[in-house]
Amino acid sequence: MHIKSMAEYMAEGTQPEVLFWVGCAGSFDQRAQKITKAFATILDKVGVSFAILGKEEMCTGDPARRSGNEFLFQMMAYNNIQVLNGYGIKKIVTACPHCFNIFKNEYPALGGTYEVIHHTTFLQSLINDGRLVLKEGGTFKGRKITYHDSCYLGRGNGVYEAPRAVLEALDVELIEMKRCKTNGLCCGAGGAQMFKEDEPGKTRINFERSDEALETGASVIAANCPFCTTMLIDGVKNKEQEDKVQVLDIAEMVVQSLA
Amino acid sequence: MHILQQIFFLLILGAASFLFYKKIRAIRRNIFLGRPKTFEGDPAERWRNVVLLALGQKKMFKRITPAVLHFFVYAGFVIINIEMLEIILDGILGTHRLFAPFLGALYPVLISCFEILAATVLIACAIFLVRRNVLKLKRLVQGELNGWPKTDANLILATEIILMSLLLILNATDLQLQNLGAEHYTQTGSYLVSGLIAPLFKGMSVGSLIAVERVAWWLHIIGVLAFLNYLPYSKHLHIVLAFPNAYYAPLKPQGEMQNMPAVQNEVLYMMQPELAPPPAEGDPTAPQRFGAKDVMDLSWKSLMDAYSCTECGRCTAVCPANITGKKLSPRKIMMDTRDRLEEVGKNIDLNGSFTDDGKSLVHDYITSEELRACTTCNACVEACPVSISPLDIIVEARRYLVMEESNSPQEWNMMFGNIENNMAPWKFSPDERDKWVEELV
Repeated sequence: MHIKSMAEYMAEGTQPEVLFWVGCAGSFDQRAQKITKAFATILDKVGVSFAILGKEEMCTGDPARRSGNEFLFQMMAYNNIQVLNGYGIKKIVTACPHCFNIFKNEYPALGGTYEVIHHTTFLQSLINDGRLVLKEGGTFKGRKITYHDSCYLGRGNGVYEAPRAVLEALDVELIEMKRCKTNGLCCGAGGAQMFKEDEPGKTRINFERSDEALETGASVIAANCPFCTTMLIDGVKNKEQEDKVQVLDIAEMVVQSLA
Repeated sequence: MHILQQIFFLLILGAASFLFYKKIRAIRRNIFLGRPKTFEGDPAERWRNVVLLALGQKKMFKRITPAVLHFFVYAGFVIINIEMLEIILDGILGTHRLFAPFLGALYPVLISCFEILAATVLIACAIFLVRRNVLKLKRLVQGELNGWPKTDANLILATEIILMSLLLILNATDLQLQNLGAEHYTQTGSYLVSGLIAPLFKGMSVGSLIAVERVAWWLHIIGVLAFLNYLPYSKHLHIVLAFPNAYYAPLKPQGEMQNMPAVQNEVLYMMQPELAPPPAEGDPTAPQRFGAKDVMDLSWKSLMDAYSCTECGRCTAVCPANITGKKLSPRKIMMDTRDRLEEVGKNIDLNGSFTDDGKSLVHDYITSEELRACTTCNACVEACPVSISPLDIIVEARRYLVMEESNSPQEWNMMFGNIENNMAPWKFSPDERDKWVEELV
């Protein structure tokens, strides 16, 4: 499979349907790379013409801004907007809710206005439009699955139904945790916590959350964010349940169920 | 005799109103010590929030037991105030049950309705006291409530119970006096709740009944006016500020953080110096502080938030940091902001304008450890029934720590360095950003 960069489209004088913004976790983190590959495979199979920025992509500045370093954030935003506007990007899809939030809500004030879609919403619309067809009796049919709302997709932007609709299309038996949707508990990574140790306390936030997910008895914990995925995997390992319970991004579940 | 009572009534009514007005003015001044903030969006949507969130208490109903109890107290409080109108007019005019002759048979029906509400307020407040002091629900006994906040909460509940009891006693003795045909006590017909209490006063002489009725009447009105003046010193002020706070609640998605145009322009002029305006001559204005060190650096909405907080702790109960034992408590952030703002207000009262007292909100009230524990998950913002954002204060304080004090954990400094040098928060070579593509089959 060949994935074209924006530079290649530019050289051909064409525009892709959508830019796939991979994000730093999706690009470098070994676990998150699997999500990236899964989503790219789906786009390719379905025949969506898409591009990546490749080496021209940079951190959006989210962890810098949320930890308080506005200068660094503004620097990153300036450079990214130069690149995105330079290519005339209109539509962005991303598998990271932090990138999604910052593009959708915070770049417009800085001169970067795009149609921004989270990959779970994109997957849902591909399914609805009949472009993405799932196989009958797929891998996850009837399996007990719980879904973890990421803060920046859920509370941050009110997207609760699209990921659940995709899970429904996979025919899973969805078991909600007590704290879900607007009451969902954070995985502990947001606000730049991913990049530092927890402050002193009685437990880690990701342990608290994955314990709750394990209590549902689900065999898969579905997520929509590379950071949540990492945090929840650590929590499942802490309880030595990694052989019984998988933590998967929704794109990884879909790619296993393609017709 | 009557005229003396009327004069006395007018005096305490006037004094109470004046003191209340003075304190409210001081609070208004304190709130506007905050930085200006622009509010975009459709006023219709803002009014919708006032109706749904403040009037309708939509978010309260996420927790059904306290929501129902609170609704009784709230509805009782609002509706019983209609009767306050009669009580105040009686006090001024020296009349007794002024409305009874006009309303006729409707009067006892109305009073009975008020009494049912008074009884529900009384019962709900008693249950609230039990929840706080006997059941000791976690969010109602957490550390930041020790001392004054706990007393404040119990005082409010006790006062409401006393006021409602006085109201029922004065009606019950009034009924008894009506039965005995006492002079001035207009025949109105019986009331529902006080009718049940009235037998307690059987056998008392007209003289002692009048004494009890008058004492209850005066204690009630004095209690109401005292409570009015207690409000602005108490967390109970939420009954007023919940409404403007709902109106000014942000309409943007919760995930969106406030932009800093000053920093945005700084970066823009650095990258494109041709856009920079020529420096103003003798430029007298010092640049504004980055983020918030003290209350004056926060937006006025954050300061109004602090005065609107009734310390219910719904925010802290859902905060992932607090749940896992970290020091951060969003409720404490709001309480600290109000305490510091009150201190700054007193400083201004004393000195005419704010004189440096060597203290600040960050460090002296809120520690960096608390601020660093936040995951910006917005659970506290979502949970607050009166549209308070503890998160706005936390991120402004973080901006101050990082940009003004260069005060951040070593790991964050490394993350900043990586973003600056490698364009990613981890130390990977930017050349490897699309390496995953090669691994795809």
